[in-house]
Amino acid sequence: MYGDCYPDMETYLFYILAAVAVIGTILAITEKHPVHAIVYLVSSFFSLATIFFLLAAPLIAMFEVIIYAGAVMVLFMFVIMMLDLGRTDEAGRPVLKQWLLPILLGGIILASIGVIAAGYASAPSAPGAITVRDFALTLFRKYGVAVEIISMQLLFAVVGALYLGRRRTP
Amino acid sequence: MIYDPIDIALLLGKIALVFFVILTLAAYLVFAERKVLAWIQDRKGPNRVGPFGLLQPLADLIKLLTKEDFRPIGADKWLFYLAPAMAAIPAIMIFAIVPFGAPLTLFGHTVQLQVSDLNVGLLLFMALSSVAVYGVALGGWASNSKYALLGSIRGLAQLISYELSMGLSLVPVVMLARSFRLSDIVNAQAGCWFIVYQPLAFMIFLISIAAECKRIPFDLPEAEGELVAGFHTEYSGMRFGLFFVGEYINIIVLGGLATTFFLGGWHGPFLPPAVWFSAKVLAFAFLFIWVRGTLPRLRYDQLMHFGWKILTPLALVNILVTGWWLVLRG
Amino acid sequence: MKILSDIAALVTGMWITWKHIFRRPVTIQYPEEKRTPYPRYRARIVLTRDPDGGERCVACQLCSGACPVDCITMQSAEDKDGRRYAEWFRINFSRCIFCGFCAEACPTLAIQMTPDFEICKRDIMDLVYEKEDLLIDGCGKSPDYNYYRHAGIGVTQPRGSGAEEKPPVDVRGLLP
Ligand code: SF4
Ligand code: SF4
Repeated sequence: MYGDCYPDMETYLFYILAAVAVIGTILAITEKHPVHAIVYLVSSFFSLATIFFLLAAPLIAMFEVIIYAGAVMVLFMFVIMMLDLGRTDEAGRPVLKQWLLPILLGGIILASIGVIAAGYASAPSAPGAITVRDFALTLFRKYGVAVEIISMQLLFAVVGALYLGRRRTP
Repeated sequence: MIYDPIDIALLLGKIALVFFVILTLAAYLVFAERKVLAWIQDRKGPNRVGPFGLLQPLADLIKLLTKEDFRPIGADKWLFYLAPAMAAIPAIMIFAIVPFGAPLTLFGHTVQLQVSDLNVGLLLFMALSSVAVYGVALGGWASNSKYALLGSIRGLAQLISYELSMGLSLVPVVMLARSFRLSDIVNAQAGCWFIVYQPLAFMIFLISIAAECKRIPFDLPEAEGELVAGFHTEYSGMRFGLFFVGEYINIIVLGGLATTFFLGGWHGPFLPPAVWFSAKVLAFAFLFIWVRGTLPRLRYDQLMHFGWKILTPLALVNILVTGWWLVLRG
Repeated sequence: MKILSDIAALVTGMWITWKHIFRRPVTIQYPEEKRTPYPRYRARIVLTRDPDGGERCVACQLCSGACPVDCITMQSAEDKDGRRYAEWFRINFSRCIFCGFCAEACPTLAIQMTPDFEICKRDIMDLVYEKEDLLIDGCGKSPDYNYYRHAGIGVTQPRGSGAEEKPPVDVRGLLP
């Protein structure tokens, strides 16, 4: 009996979380105050993470929270708090010309989602839970070279940051 | 997955138990801290309310609840009200993954003494502790006050920096236990505690968690001498209480995690596992109080220097050495 | 090695605080345990009398002038025999900082500090002490001093019969 009602609960949860994610993201875009926008975006990340969890990808869920909510957004906030941005509420809304490109890109994304959705009769059922071991093997065996290249890139970024931030001694 | 009513009832029971125990323990930790600090300073500490002052936490609670809930002019209303909860909730949530005793058998069910045995438990800890930063940051920012803002900027920088060394110091533990699951980590220490293999990682973790729960000598976000009370300067009543209790919950939770990662969790001879676990956690709490009674506060540049130039490189070297050791041992 | 000496310093500090945990607290549990303050302790102010039972205060306003917080006030009056006294005398203890300047200033040793520090009141107006509250039936800290015996005016004894006093000189008798 519980086995029967469980998938329903999961589906409801999914829709609730999806709604939170979408609304949070829309609010994050339209909110004029940067700190509020960050809070909206973080709540959207949280619901995304939980959706990943429901889709049996706990590792991705955790990375979503650690990296995006816990590191990137915190750094954004740090910068916003360090630099006094003045009265941001008075900034005008973007004019139509500025909207054009985002609308175009958004349209492309929506269209591709539509195409994919049309191709499937129903949502693909979640595969068995991906264990950390599977994830690690895929990442470091199969895509090992890609990981190395990306880490090199990060190293460049670190060296660049060190160069920019070094103390200039005459 | 079987969803049996007894399983669900047990789960709810565990959640209720953990909530109750943690909140009570946090309240009494405040009391214990005041007592031990008093002893260190040759005083007696709170001893008026109830026998030996044991009802002091209750009196504090009543005081906090009946105080005026004050919001400064120009504060950001919602974030100001939300921030204390954002600081306290992640701390409580982390305890969901801490195994506090050996599995029991009740009504023919094996009960893990742990709310949730996630296979990414350690990562959940990292995730939640990185999110706990928001309470500090938003609380200080939303109160529209210089001191609070300075406190929260300091808090942000400190928590980000020390999270790094904390995470890196846990990598050797994962390498030894070969799992992110906390029950596996505990079971891997049945023979020998990880502190024996990883004393350096333990020290780094200990220092980092002291910084994570903003304890002296790392209490810069709330340095009384310089910033009034740092990020919670403008808070009063139970909202301040949430920040305050959140900090003590953090001590318990991080003590529990240090126990789980390095001191063999609930493993120990003779006594029942849950007793061993509590004893170890309380020992950590005592250590934190004792350190608070001894050490002065670091300067901000010393703090950053120590975190980035000493702890993080040490943790990285430790990972390398552990890796080589594991490879050579086969 | 600097790091070794640093660690040694940390451990020494921890060891010292550890030892202090087991020391006997120095706390005095105040309302139950009290320690007797020294006689020179500066607390509640009194107006004393001389050994003959007369009021010492001559309402000279010196204490009032010396008081840094201006909490003493009085009205002077004079008896038929020339003895000055305070018609009323008022100390506002809610302002007094117990500095003792008034007692230093007093020429007659009338105003004195006592070690009684427990003068809390629920109502702040109760801390305004009048002359009846201040005046005691005793000599306080200087039991044998009687100002009028040294002052050279004929209040307690005829002029010229005081302690270190010569009889008054009849200035007219010196005239040629
Ligand atoms: S003790 Fe000091 S403050 Fe008090 S009445 Fe005397 S002079 Fe004034
Ligand atoms: S108490 Fe002493 S100083 Fe004050 S008016 Fe009387 S005699 Fe003068």
